[in-house]
Amino acid sequence: MSTKPRIRVPSSAKVGEVIEVKTLISHVMETGQRKDRDGNTIPRNIINTFTATFNGKEVFKVDLQPGISANPYMAFHMRVPGPGDLELSWLDDSGKKITEKVAINVS
Amino acid sequence: MAASQGKRMKGSVSREAINRRELLVGIGVAGAATALLISNGPALAATEDGWEAALKEIVGDATPVEGKVMLEVPEIAENGNTVPFSISVDSPMTDDDYVKAVHVISTGNPQPMVATFHFTPESGKAAISSRMRLAKTQDIISVAELSDGKFAMTKQTVKVTIGGCGG
Repeated sequence: MSTKPRIRVPSSAKVGEVIEVKTLISHVMETGQRKDRDGNTIPRNIINTFTATFNGKEVFKVDLQPGISANPYMAFHMRVPGPGDLELSWLDDSGKKITEKVAINVS
Repeated sequence: MAASQGKRMKGSVSREAINRRELLVGIGVAGAATALLISNGPALAATEDGWEAALKEIVGDATPVEGKVMLEVPEIAENGNTVPFSISVDSPMTDDDYVKAVHVISTGNPQPMVATFHFTPESGKAAISSRMRLAKTQDIISVAELSDGKFAMTKQTVKVTIGGCGG
């Protein structure tokens, strides 16, 4: 989780409109099923939780399992109640958490 | 003397025969046991029990209705490492009637659960897109958990050319 996640939201939305939010983060999503050359199991390290919060209220959440591909892509929807900040966070097995904020502009 | 010798000889021959038979039977049993272990070993990790248990854990005793859930997956996935999928559920997404969660289950992966997407009425639309790993050709099941406690599900088969679980 070194690089900044990529987030795409519409440049502006109307109040009450349902918008699509697209996100992409780079992460190995190590399944815990693979073995290294010496036959040792490579420990699992995946992003296990993705959360989207708008103005402090949870809008959408995902529990991820090893079945989700590396560099997880997530696209979801939200109804825009008014202008505000959308906070997105990714939490992985090592306890690392990345949080990004994106402003939702209302026209 | 000669007769007794003959008897002894016969006796020893038959004893040898028994020993050989026992040995062969023994090898056979051991072989069968090994074969059983081998055939059961990897299969256990991804048997139908695995995903059926996962499904049961989600729906409990409820019977999910077919339809209402739209699951879009490619018919053929060349690379099992990243298979795009989209799910949408027909719902007004109001406070009284919305989709609480959508669960994705793979029937042929080492671990059946792929992801659970939790929605709120503020989601506006119960529709998501993401990408998953598929170890081999299998069915994907998508189960929607509705706010009234009911379940809806749908199933799609994806043919996988190269599996996505690595070495």
